[in-house]
Amino acid sequence: MTSILTLETLPRHQPAAVDTIDWDRLAAPEARRLRELGFDQGVAVEVLHRARLGSGPIACRIGRMTVALRRAVARSIRVSTATLPAE
Amino acid sequence: MELSPLVAMVGNPNAGKSALFNALTGARQKVGNYPGVTVERHSGRLALDDGRAVELVDLPGAYSLDPSSPDERVTRDVVTGTQAGERLPDALVVVVDAANLDNHLRFALQLIALGLPVVVALNMVDLAERDGLVLDPAVLERELGVPVVPTVAVRRRGIDVLRARLTALVGGTTADLRRLRPSDGSVDDDIVTLQRRARAIAAAATVSETPVRRWNHAVDAVALHPVVGPVLLATLLFVMFQAVFSWSQAPVAWIESAFAALDDVVRAAMPDGFLRSLLTDGVIAGVGAVLVFLPLILILFLFILVLEASGYMVRAAFLMDRLMAGVGLSGRAFIPLLSSFACAVPGIMATRTIDDEKDRLTTILIAPLMTCSARLPVYSIIIAAFIPARQVAPFIGLQGLVLFGLYVMGIVGAFVAALALRRTVTKGDSSGFMMEMPKYQMPRLGDIAIGLWSRAWIFLKRAGTTIALTTVILWALLSFPQAPAGQKQAEYSVAGRIASGLEVIVRPIGFNHDIALALIPAMAAREVAVAAIGTVYAIDDVEDTRGERSLVDNLRGRWSLPTALAFLMWFVFAPQCISTIAVTRRETNGWRWPAFMVGYLFATAYVMAGITYWLAVFAGL
Repeated sequence: MTSILTLETLPRHQPAAVDTIDWDRLAAPEARRLRELGFDQGVAVEVLHRARLGSGPIACRIGRMTVALRRAVARSIRVSTATLPAE
Repeated sequence: MELSPLVAMVGNPNAGKSALFNALTGARQKVGNYPGVTVERHSGRLALDDGRAVELVDLPGAYSLDPSSPDERVTRDVVTGTQAGERLPDALVVVVDAANLDNHLRFALQLIALGLPVVVALNMVDLAERDGLVLDPAVLERELGVPVVPTVAVRRRGIDVLRARLTALVGGTTADLRRLRPSDGSVDDDIVTLQRRARAIAAAATVSETPVRRWNHAVDAVALHPVVGPVLLATLLFVMFQAVFSWSQAPVAWIESAFAALDDVVRAAMPDGFLRSLLTDGVIAGVGAVLVFLPLILILFLFILVLEASGYMVRAAFLMDRLMAGVGLSGRAFIPLLSSFACAVPGIMATRTIDDEKDRLTTILIAPLMTCSARLPVYSIIIAAFIPARQVAPFIGLQGLVLFGLYVMGIVGAFVAALALRRTVTKGDSSGFMMEMPKYQMPRLGDIAIGLWSRAWIFLKRAGTTIALTTVILWALLSFPQAPAGQKQAEYSVAGRIASGLEVIVRPIGFNHDIALALIPAMAAREVAVAAIGTVYAIDDVEDTRGERSLVDNLRGRWSLPTALAFLMWFVFAPQCISTIAVTRRETNGWRWPAFMVGYLFATAYVMAGITYWLAVFAGL
């Protein structure tokens, strides 16, 4: 089963990899910073924390770094999971 | 005299660059500024193994040579030899975090491609090992084509080897290498290509990788918890402000008694006259009134430096982002705004880490509304004189409550101002928030001490120059010409006549002649207002020749309660600080924004003080 999963909706602590990034939806400086922080196809990513319920930023592990970003940006990052959770 | 060779330390943020810089140079550091920008230039001398001395400069952390902030621009301009006031470095020390090679090697590759002699410091190898990561520096050397030295800056490991490599590097061949440098700094700019190469090199250099439960994540599970996190942050801030006031009491008393003793010595040693009055009523009273705040500022900075060095500050920004987004700012603005509680000048300088220009400008414009330590002397003396020391609830005194209210007033004012500014003059897309969260680490005492010392030095220099000079000028303006018998000195003098003009404007908001007089020198710094009122009453009070009647008694006798409350409200908003205005001019490259800032803050101060005064009058206070 395949489903479109973004970094915004990825469950916490579920191992995943960056699939595609919708660069057009991001402002130029945001897109550049995202590249500089190592976001690229195939890189391992994991959601570590979500600030409060609702609309706070997300902390995720990308490569060996922990990065905080807003949900709007996370929404443009598609991820794929190797194995989907059992339920 | 020939200049000594220049070596620049450069690397990603959080690579442990400053700790390595401190380890190499020790306390022999100089903090200056690059011309035209407020980016600090940290430099120090390093003696090489063969006895030669080089100048080591610590460049601001950057992610690439494609700058997105003034800090990163300086880094790019220095390493490409285009920074005004700086020569092209003879060599670079590229600092990378051993545990984060994937990312840090990309910038290292860009820097190596510039063609300058490079030595790579593979820093924080101990933390990498703690994370279960074993690296092979020899593979890195082969892949990068430059010397690689494993270091642990905070434990002084690898420093000798690094210095030996530098000694070999800084030599006769630099002149030739300089010509080899690409003139336009054009290296492979494609971040993605470089990033993939960096990842490949990192993978090749990794001997083994055992996944261990990183204790970082355990700490973050608490610090970033949706409920526990904000509670922890609020507790930390509460403890911080509590400490600022309680820990500072003893040292403040020592400084006060030292100045009182100095005053006595001068009074005893000199005959009564103008020179004695200049020294006691002018210099000692003025500088003393300001120096007593040194302990408060140092304690506040101690907390801020420790929070930053430990890595917690970014977590605080993460927690605050939601709230800041509500007024059109980002979590990044939290750090500058928190620093502004000590002093708006370093606060405004700290906005350089905010990428978004509009976001940064808004943060600069509201930073002066955070209650800086210079307002404390004003608040505390007025509160002591007019607010009764009464308990309103168990453990809550009325005086403390009023002080707390003034802090809240500033924060609320700042948020309202941010909302208004983001809809008008700094209109634009909502800014983003994207930040690397560094690993937690134990701050090193030496690094904190060096940071504190440089803050203290800036403050002492200001107290010794700007503030001393202002109080002397005020003393002179207040003392001449001498009032004939029957006339009040404070009204007859030059300063008194200027104040009489200003009084017409501030009379409607309940300010008297003395306040009008104090507001003028308080333009230099808010705390001067207290010194100025003190000087006015010292010169004016003919019966009190020995300076014994306290300022509090004088205030009680001369001001009404509504006037005092209006005065407090005025200082919540009024931009009375030359240094803040100057740093805003430098940070925004012109007079437009500082002029706007001064205008909107004075207007708000006038309106708010007026409302306070008339409400208090009608309430019958």
